[in-house]
Amino acid sequence: MANAAINRKNGQMDYFDKSNTTSLVVSRIVSYIFLAFVTVLSLFSFYLLIINATRSNAQLQAGFTLLPKEHFIDNLVTAWNDTSLFFLPQGMLNSFIVAALTCILTTYFSAMTAYGVCVYDFKGRNVVHKFIILVMMIPTQVSALGFVQLVNGLNLTNTYWPLVIPAIAAPATYFYMKQYIDSTLPLEIVEAARVDGSNEFRTYNFICMPILKPAIAVQMIFAFVASWNNFFTPALVLDKKDMWTLPIMLSIVRSRINSQAGDMGEVYMIILLSIVPVVIVYLFLSKFIIGGVTLGSVKG
Amino acid sequence: MSSTTSTATVKHKSISYAGWGYFFIAPFVIVYVACSLIPLFSTFYNAFFENYMDGLKHIGPNFIGFENFVTLFTPRADGRLEILNYTTNTMIMWVIGAVPQIVFALLLAVIFTSERMKIKGQAFFKTVIYMPNLIMASAFAMLFFQIFSSVGPINQLFFTGNGGSAYLFFDNTWSARSIIAFINFLMWFGNTTILLMAGIMGIDQSLFEAASIDGANSTQVFFKITIPLLMPIIIYVVITALIGGLQMFDVPQIITAGRGGPNNTTKTLVMALNSYIGTSKNYGMAGAVSIILFIVTGILSFVVFRSTEPKKEGKKK
Repeated sequence: MANAAINRKNGQMDYFDKSNTTSLVVSRIVSYIFLAFVTVLSLFSFYLLIINATRSNAQLQAGFTLLPKEHFIDNLVTAWNDTSLFFLPQGMLNSFIVAALTCILTTYFSAMTAYGVCVYDFKGRNVVHKFIILVMMIPTQVSALGFVQLVNGLNLTNTYWPLVIPAIAAPATYFYMKQYIDSTLPLEIVEAARVDGSNEFRTYNFICMPILKPAIAVQMIFAFVASWNNFFTPALVLDKKDMWTLPIMLSIVRSRINSQAGDMGEVYMIILLSIVPVVIVYLFLSKFIIGGVTLGSVKG
Repeated sequence: MSSTTSTATVKHKSISYAGWGYFFIAPFVIVYVACSLIPLFSTFYNAFFENYMDGLKHIGPNFIGFENFVTLFTPRADGRLEILNYTTNTMIMWVIGAVPQIVFALLLAVIFTSERMKIKGQAFFKTVIYMPNLIMASAFAMLFFQIFSSVGPINQLFFTGNGGSAYLFFDNTWSARSIIAFINFLMWFGNTTILLMAGIMGIDQSLFEAASIDGANSTQVFFKITIPLLMPIIIYVVITALIGGLQMFDVPQIITAGRGGPNNTTKTLVMALNSYIGTSKNYGMAGAVSIILFIVTGILSFVVFRSTEPKKEGKKK
């Protein structure tokens, strides 16, 4: 017990005396083995993907190996130039345009809404807040039919408007920003800006936005990734080849394989190219992304 | 307390500024109403009409009341009760994926937050386990289709490599369902881990200390302290996962090329919805499926809402 008391003084949580050191070592070893297993589980599919993207179709048919081969560039060139089903660089550009516009609109306008609800005591603000929280869980799929009819009615099929405009209203982003503004933005700043003669939108754009930057950055990443990966809505509103985004192209590749086996090396390369941008962004920003998950999802 | 006083200040000064709030919320509200709320109602409206394409001929829209729901709940010629079939498929695949997802996430969350073990390299492990969540579900599906295809690595390693014949994973109900469930598990366990970790870190640390002083071992601490105190977060995580599971679409859609094969055993609710809207243009049935999806999600969301709102209310402000 004396030991424990000393440990407590040192600010450590380790109250276990010598008899427990073995159990600690054992649980550490078991934990690391489990973590290693989980790491392999998470990475093995990416490893397979990368390895297989470096092998030619003949090598892929011949058998499985764990080592990379020399056909990476060949596959890249084939996947990049193939126009038989679609033009992959076009798909990447399309996906990028949609995702970039989506993430800007989502964060700017949802943050603006959250700001409006936090800063102004207008009539019905609680109703607006409660309503947005209430609809947060409604899946987009539920209103998809009406949305597709609307898009058809307005002749907006095969344009990006139906993918980009709805991004302005993102309940989950609103919720996250609301939590963040509540906890970080002192209203005195807004009042000080008023005293200095700043108009309300100027205050939001130039004084409050910089304070919200960390939260905006996190939400931009999430919005970008979600849009880049989105398959459901684009598949319903885009049927022209030139407009396809990457997930649609992947579904087209899949349906081709069913009828005839194409160049497997190329297929792996297409998959790889469709996830590479997100992986790169993630490896640079993972700290913020992981921190951002908890902030937005669990209250309190 | 501080926020109460600042709200009071705003109220005091709000005489001239409150109205600005409407300008700030206007774009969101207008877009939400136009792109989500009105489409939601028109979707429901569609459910009560007969409206589909018969070849090139457009039938309807004719008002038919609850006929679409009756069709949905009546066994078809092949004895298949559509809505039950799709719901069961969705739920089976969700459960196969969600059980390991929650178990893994709990274990990992406990390991990461253990003050006693002080695991090193946490940033690395967290980065790795969260990564699959950001990868395009369509790409994952396509990749696993390749890996498990008749000429893919798994078959080469275990079946064709030894001179045997290829095992057709996607022609067998349970292997197809398991692969889809496994992808979902792989994509989501990292996310769940992070959420549960936040929950565990919210537990008063002195409780763990007290338990250790009283001689509780880590198993006892886990089952007698961590789990009971974590219950609200676990419920939240399970129900939000369930809501996400009901929307299962990308993975089975791509992996089965939209057919939900073999024999409609991997076709989910949203896949059915998608084919009613897109392929068969049967808007009446699409509306009916949407309403059912909405009701089920609504009930589940309400449970989440109730389980998180009232208790935290006092703490939030």
